[in-house]
Amino acid sequence: MTNSAIFKSSVGKKALMGVTGLFLITFLVIHCSINAMIFLNDGGETFKKWGSFMGTNPIIRTMEIVLVAGFLVHIVDGLLLWKQNRDARPVKYAMNSANANSTWYSRSMGLLGTLLLIFLVIHTAHFWIPNRMQQGLTHWHNEIDLYGKMLEVFQNPVIVAIYIFGCVSLFWHLLHGFKSAFQSLGLNHTKYNSAIGWAGTAFSIVVPAIFALMPVSIYLGWIK
Amino acid sequence: MKFNLKVWRQKNAKDQGKLVDYTIDNINADMSFLEMVDVLNDELVRKGEDPIAFDHDCREGICGMCSMYISGRAHGPQHAATTCQLYMRSFKDGDTIYVEPWRAKAFPVIKDLVTDRSAFDRIIAAGGFVSVNTGQAQDANALPVEKADAEKAMDAAACIGCGACVAACPNGAAMLFVSAKISQLALFPQGQPERNTRAINMVNQMDEEGFGNCTNIGACEAECPKEIKLTNIARMNRDYLAASLISE
Ligand code: SF4
Ligand code: FES
Repeated sequence: MTNSAIFKSSVGKKALMGVTGLFLITFLVIHCSINAMIFLNDGGETFKKWGSFMGTNPIIRTMEIVLVAGFLVHIVDGLLLWKQNRDARPVKYAMNSANANSTWYSRSMGLLGTLLLIFLVIHTAHFWIPNRMQQGLTHWHNEIDLYGKMLEVFQNPVIVAIYIFGCVSLFWHLLHGFKSAFQSLGLNHTKYNSAIGWAGTAFSIVVPAIFALMPVSIYLGWIK
Repeated sequence: MKFNLKVWRQKNAKDQGKLVDYTIDNINADMSFLEMVDVLNDELVRKGEDPIAFDHDCREGICGMCSMYISGRAHGPQHAATTCQLYMRSFKDGDTIYVEPWRAKAFPVIKDLVTDRSAFDRIIAAGGFVSVNTGQAQDANALPVEKADAEKAMDAAACIGCGACVAACPNGAAMLFVSAKISQLALFPQGQPERNTRAINMVNQMDEEGFGNCTNIGACEAECPKEIKLTNIARMNRDYLAASLISE
């Protein structure tokens, strides 16, 4: 059996979802920690320092390519799973009491993922893409003022609402995804399951809440 | 008791099929669901109509034949029970009850409520066995097995191959069944020599049959009449991933 055949198999595809999912979770930790520097309310000084480190350090910029690849694999694999799973049940039940045996969000990972993908496009169009465009391939230090841009973008209540909606989708997606990743990789152990479950729930609440607080604080003028 | 039934009727595999309404009265609360269908079939036969085709055999929860999706649940609302173990007292007088066949691409309908579950047999044939002659019973101490492992293996071996896991899974995935059949051997010394090839061959066969991919929803575990655990799926994932990474 070749190693590429693993990822065509059902078990391999879910393992791939798990590995890329956990990788994206580590990205969320870093993204969230650095952006949380705005709460220092120091006119963005600390945030800018860390932000430009992330945007100009060659190691980080190399990791960024891996990150984009991670997103793409997670998205493509997810769409593939969604299609194959839909095809595996060609005739639907006339009566299905799914809530009696499972949670709605565990059944809606494809939908939540799609909402997050739409959010990702909007979000990167606000910050990441314009910044990288201005930097080009060679002028890495020619960054846009991300802090100023935040203050400007989050004056619009519609955009703030979209960001909050994105964070809510992220919460539900993580609430299933965090635990699910461990199960898919076979990391299920009676000794650690409750700790993984607890960590997953805590993570799903804390990280999206901190993210959501950013546009809200700026809109309400708490951060200037 | 009186019930309004909406039963899936389909003449053969090619037929479109539809839900047909029946009303049934004078049902004893202590009748099993299958006995209720027997009474209905009796009436249909007397009226000269085609009786409802459904699978059944042991009628005591051990053969796994009695597949029916009852009012939106595999084997009906009763926890950890097959259709033959479901009693009419679980319903309220005058209830409308939907009765549908298992729905999955890998389980095509043959007639009415009967589906072709031979995909499960082919998965077992792909590796769910130990290919040595067991011969005479050995001395009990020749092959030591730890109590905890023996318990887990026996729990996995309780799977009756009913397919409720596939029927309940929104993805039509068969991982609970396959993982139970892999685990019952993976936990015993006799299962070790073929552990890797078994995991690979059974998972590959499962995929070939057109079952969906598990996304850890857990509906299978909730609906399984034998309470097979999701930990078996994690074990199968481990075995399969390890086996594929080392296989030549
Ligand atoms: S795992 Fe449970 S639901 Fe699935 S076939 Fe076995 S007994 Fe039936
Ligand atoms: S008829 Fe055998 S399990 Fe129901």
